[in-house]
Amino acid sequence: MAQFFYHTLVGQICLMLLETLAVLVPLLIGVAYLTLMERKVMAAMQRRRGPNVNGPFGLLQAFADAIKMIVKETVIPAGANRGLFLFAPFLTFSLAMVAWAVIPTGNGLAVANINVGILYLLAISSLGVYGILIAGWASNSKYAFLGGLRSAAQMVSYEVSIGLVIVSVLLAVGSLNLNDIVLAQRHVWFCVPMFPMFIVFFISALAETNRAPFDLPEGESELVAGFFVEYSSLAFGLFFLGEYANMILMSSMVSILFLGGWLPPLGIAPLTWIPGPLWLIFKILFCLFVFIWVRATFPRYRYDQLMRLGWKVFLPFSLLWMIGTAGFLMATGLLPHSGGVN
Amino acid sequence: MMAQLVFYIFTAVLLFSAVMVITARNPVHSVLFLILAFFNASGLFLVAGAEFLAMLLVIVYVGAVAVLFLFVVMMLDVDFGQLREGFQKYAPLGGCVGGVLFAELVLAFSHWEMAPGRAAPLAAPGLTNTAALGGLIYTHYVLLFQACGLVLLVAMIGAITLTLREKTTGRRQNITRQHARTRADTLEMLDLELGESVADRGGFLRPKASYNEIAVPGSYGLVPENPQDDAASNREKGA
Repeated sequence: MAQFFYHTLVGQICLMLLETLAVLVPLLIGVAYLTLMERKVMAAMQRRRGPNVNGPFGLLQAFADAIKMIVKETVIPAGANRGLFLFAPFLTFSLAMVAWAVIPTGNGLAVANINVGILYLLAISSLGVYGILIAGWASNSKYAFLGGLRSAAQMVSYEVSIGLVIVSVLLAVGSLNLNDIVLAQRHVWFCVPMFPMFIVFFISALAETNRAPFDLPEGESELVAGFFVEYSSLAFGLFFLGEYANMILMSSMVSILFLGGWLPPLGIAPLTWIPGPLWLIFKILFCLFVFIWVRATFPRYRYDQLMRLGWKVFLPFSLLWMIGTAGFLMATGLLPHSGGVN
Repeated sequence: MMAQLVFYIFTAVLLFSAVMVITARNPVHSVLFLILAFFNASGLFLVAGAEFLAMLLVIVYVGAVAVLFLFVVMMLDVDFGQLREGFQKYAPLGGCVGGVLFAELVLAFSHWEMAPGRAAPLAAPGLTNTAALGGLIYTHYVLLFQACGLVLLVAMIGAITLTLREKTTGRRQNITRQHARTRADTLEMLDLELGESVADRGGFLRPKASYNEIAVPGSYGLVPENPQDDAASNREKGA
């Protein structure tokens, strides 16, 4: 068996497919239950019951929603750019899926444990803006177009501060590999020494995933539903899946960069019995809970306030913090070396 | 075998999309093909083992520069017919520029050589190409690197100077002023009789006088000719 999987080409391809399925199937089930979790948590915060009819505790609600969405009619608006209109949701969905290839769920336990893992994540998340921009343009509708433009400006702006926060973390790690980033937090999670950056990253992640209070691209009060007004049925469903998968992805990035990934909070006996992947899932769930909590709590930002926060507050602050981190590490001689050329 | 196949796929798509960039009728399609070309170029970097450059190409060019291209092209109101009229006129000039660039590339690549003494340490085992690149840029070529940074800084300042307008329009938001507003400036509780309107009390047909003092001039679409008088009359009406 091992001979087949590791030493023949067909076996290796089969292994790759199995690994992909092992990541994607739990992810998609997770997305389905994230929608339910969002409705339940928000209902609890607003003193309602939330979905409770389909299945025990409404557990089948997610599947009912999915079936409803699939059996709806696909409408392609007149004057829309047909090819691009259908391409946009596929792009959003597949980008949200491929990013998961590098997320480590245990020591060395990733589909692809590559040297530049964090850059790969940054690259994929920066591609995400195209799905939205193309959808907005191809719909041939002014609401969708405005939503697409808003979203493009927003995502590009917040990527800058995300990049700088990641640089500060990388300075302390000395490697671009996600596995090394987690292992560097064995003694103390980065959310302790870099607490302000943790907050900046989390808020930028909210903006990057177009979540409340930064959900201006959707802006239902002024833009109807933003870039996906014209979408229905499966195309809408793909956008929906992509957005929620991106939320989980961003939560896992927060967990890996600041909350110690698969590591338990303390390396002592009862905590180390729980396997690593479970710790990662706990942390992701915690981040997702905060995502939903924020949505239930804060009103939407005004657009100029959003831009001001990104460019005039987060960018200078994270730049200053990065220089401070570099200076501190240099002064104390803690700067990690990865054996550069001299 | 596998790497060769991947190389030929990336190259074919790259060349196809590069041709489509200049032949597509719709400028938005052109930009999208340009993005596809960037993406395939980064795939070629990956095949060559330069994973750091590949990711950087996607992050910088695809994720930031091309988004702004697309942004501008989508917002431009281009007349496609008019755009194609000038093709005959500009074709020779464009061909010349292309030819010169191609010749320069051929010249550069035919004499390509690694700086002596640099190649050996780069081939050290266990050295990732991120570390190798960082070592070269930040130790040996740090002045050139800083000079590039300065050029970019100048370009950035130039772009800001070109677009920054001092004109205070109604849309301009001044956060300090907005924070300086108090409840007394904006809100007044009135106890109205049944059937009486706010206007009967000389109410809020125009912004309150105190608002004019903290608001940006020109906002709200009305500028009192004499703010002092206006403030006085407003106060009288309120009283």
